[in-house]
This record gives sequence, structure tokens and C-alpha cells, in this order.
Amino acid sequence: MNQMTPVEIEQTVKKLSKKSEVAMNTKIRSRNVHVYYGDKEAIKGVDLDIPEKQVTALIGPSGCGKSTFLRCLNRMNDTIDICRVTGNIEIDGQDIYDPSVDVVDLRATVGMVFQKPNPFPKSIYENVAYGPKIHGLARSKTDLDEIVETSLRRAGLFDEVKDRLDAPGTGLSGGQQQRLCIARAIAVSPTVILMDEPCSALDPIATAIVEELIDELRENYTIVIVTHSMQQAARVSQMTAMFHLGDIVEHADTDTIFTNPSEKRTQDYITGRFG
Amino acid sequence: MNDLGEHTVSAYDEELQGIVGKIVEMGGQAERIMEQAVSALLRGDQALAQTAIAGDQLLNSLQRDVDEQAVLVITRRQPVAQDLREIIGAIRLSADIERIGDLGKNIARRALVIDGSIKPQAAYGIEHLTDLASEQVKNVLDAYAERDVMRAQEVWRRDSEIDSVYMSLFRELLTYMMEDPRQITSCTSLLFCAKNVERIGDHATNIAETIYYIEKGEVYPPEGDEAGQARGGNV
Repeated sequence: MNQMTPVEIEQTVKKLSKKSEVAMNTKIRSRNVHVYYGDKEAIKGVDLDIPEKQVTALIGPSGCGKSTFLRCLNRMNDTIDICRVTGNIEIDGQDIYDPSVDVVDLRATVGMVFQKPNPFPKSIYENVAYGPKIHGLARSKTDLDEIVETSLRRAGLFDEVKDRLDAPGTGLSGGQQQRLCIARAIAVSPTVILMDEPCSALDPIATAIVEELIDELRENYTIVIVTHSMQQAARVSQMTAMFHLGDIVEHADTDTIFTNPSEKRTQDYITGRFG
Repeated sequence: MNDLGEHTVSAYDEELQGIVGKIVEMGGQAERIMEQAVSALLRGDQALAQTAIAGDQLLNSLQRDVDEQAVLVITRRQPVAQDLREIIGAIRLSADIERIGDLGKNIARRALVIDGSIKPQAAYGIEHLTDLASEQVKNVLDAYAERDVMRAQEVWRRDSEIDSVYMSLFRELLTYMMEDPRQITSCTSLLFCAKNVERIGDHATNIAETIYYIEKGEVYPPEGDEAGQARGGNV
């Protein structure tokens, strides 16, 4: 090792003592979001900025509203009759609840992966090709083949299934099915991927593969993940928002939340003192 | 940890409390070794010196125990936030306390060699230095048991007092050696003992820093505290 001069040492010490600050652009901006199921208020005025190309974890005890909030981000709550959303949610500056917004397009831009893998009862190829076809993203069969291959590759599944693309998607293992669902979401060129407990039905190996994938996907997509596993939130996310009783208790970078949270409710929850 | 409720899994609480209890026990044992060693040095009590040396073994095994328990808690519970700091803190504290025991043992070994042939004035100096260091150790261990950050900071600030008493004792011992070369052997041993006591004071400040970290989640002294940073480097 080269000998450092005292000045160099001082500079290195200064560099080490400064926490690295990454410039973050806000991808999703939500203000005063309320969600009602009939008379019951499930989300009570949430303000949350979700940074672009980062993984944001939503944590909190069951019934705290984190999944409800996640579902607001691609208007999945529209499918529930008694559900009403107020407030403002913008993605890239566009109000997604504006009447002019096409919900089908929105859900292509904001893809979603669910708790239980839910491939269509079709071939692996068709599972991925379906979205691009109905959205008219492929002009030819070659285009479509390319989208399918790229999506499966990005989802880390291509090498495992390339020889049996015609086999039914439902015949894959749980972990592979979940990656197939991720490939299906990616195929329609989203910019945001929402994940609602994507690993809760998977074994530790499949979980590790999906977590690795989440880390790779972060390069191209903004990811919002709901998880009940504190360790998973600590491993995969850069930002964490703690929900409790329909409110955000604390929102900070993940390292801070899991080493030195400022709110007692966060501390109690993540250390297993309630919830 | 005092202001937090209980874990849903009660065994987790028991494990953490077990570790804290062991640290407190280690602290008591380290204080005892130090007291016995210096007392043996000043009074030329060989048996007491042997007791101090043997006592260090107990401290070593307590440290191993704490470290093993801490590793088990990490494996079983994957602690986060204050629980994590508690565990990381316990590992650091056990190392510092174990070192205090080692330094005490070093003094006890010197006591066996010197065997009571100490100039009364020099003995007074060592005694004064030891009183200061013992008080620091006691205060910092109390601060740990009571989660008293202010008291820990007070210990941290008072270390400079030990440093200056040590420096004046150092000069005093040099004077004795120059006055009477026959004193060189015993005074050199006393110098080592004084250095050991001064180092015990440094470990007390390390412990104070760890207590601050456990409770506040931040390093002490805070970044930008140039004087503090420089002082922290003497350990």
C-alpha cells in the first residue's frame, strides 16, 4: 500500500465521515391521500415522495394501510366498488386520478406483482407476450419474440425456461412463477413496479433470487415493495416508509430506519415489540 | 432499552437482559481486579496480587460468554435498531472491560516483582491516579446500568484529568530516578503501573462512547468536534 501523506489522510478521514448523498428525483409524489372503504377511513392523509430508480419499502403491522396505499399507485382500488380515494398522486408530474388518464395505460406504466404468483393458464411465452400484444407494442412476431426474451432475461428466468417456452406457466416452481409474473410486468415497459409481498409464498432460495432480481431491476425501474419481513426491507430497499393505522409514522433512508429510527412506534414495530 | 416495551417473544427479552447482566457482572469483576492489584502493589501483598491475577481468568471467560450469547442473539433474532445497538455495544463493552482486567492483571504482576519497596511519595501519586481511574470506571459502569447518557459524557470529559495526573506522576518518577539511581528498577515498574492505570481511564472513555452509541445511535463525540476527535485518538 502506498504511504499516505498527512494531508491525504486528513482528506480520507473527511471523506469517510461524510455520509454519501445520492441525488434522488421524485418519481411518485403523493399528497394528502385518503382512502375510504365505505365509511371506514383506511388511509388518513398520506404524503409520500417515492424516489426514481430506488426501492422503497412500505412496512407496518397488518391492516396499517400499506397495501391499500400501494394499490392507489396504479388505481387498483378502482376495482373495489366501495373504495374511494381522495388527494393527489402524481407520477412524473401527471395526476394519475385525472379523468383523462387511461387506467389501462397507467397499469402498463405501473406494473404490479402480487403475493401469490398468478401466471395465466397459458404457455410461458404467452404469459409474457400477452401484455405487449394487447398494448400493440410489437409490430411483428420477431419484435414479440425479442420482447419475450428480453423480459425473461431481465427477470432472470430465460436460461431456465428457454427450451420450454411452450410449456404452461403454471407448471413452473413457485419462485419461477413469481419471476414469470415479474417478466410479464416488465414486458409492457413499465417505469414503476409495485410488489405486494412478492416473496411471502417463496422458499428462502427463491426469495434470495427474487431479491437479487429486485436489486438488478432498480437500475431501470422505480420499485415500491410491501413486505412483512423486516430483514427483507432492510436488504432490498433504499428508502423505507413505516405505516401505522393509516398514517405514515416515519419515512427515511432504510439504513437509518433499521439502525436508528427516530419514532418509538417504528422502533417498537421493527424490533418485534408490537404488531 | 428502559423506555421500550417488551418484545412479543419474551425469550428475546430474556436473552438481551442476560447479556446486559453479564456485562454488569464483568464490570464488577474488572473493578475488583483493579482494586486488588493496586492495593497489592501499594501494600506489597503477594497473595492479593495472585487473587487479582486469577480473577482475570474469570473475566476472560465472562467475555467469551458474552460474545457467544451476542452471536446467538444475532443468529436467532436478527436484531435491528436499538436491539442491534445493544448487541453491538455489548460486544464492544465486553472487549473494553476485558482489557481493563488485563491491565489490572499487569499491575498485579508488577506488584509481585516490586514486593512493597515503593517510595511513600510515589505510592501517593499512584494511589491518587488509581482513585481517579476507579471512579471513572465505576461511574461509567453505573451509567451503563442506568442508561444515563449524561453521566457517560461526564466520564468522557473527565479523562483529561487522569491524563494530566499521569503526566505529572511520570515527571515525578523521573525525578526520583535522577535523585537516586537505586530507585530506577522500582520507579520503572511504577511507571508501567501508572501507564496501565491511565490506559484503564481510556477504556472507561471507550465505554462511555459505546453507551452513547447504544442509547442515541450516533457516534460520540459528534463529527465536527475537532478537539473531541483528537482526544478520542489517544486510545
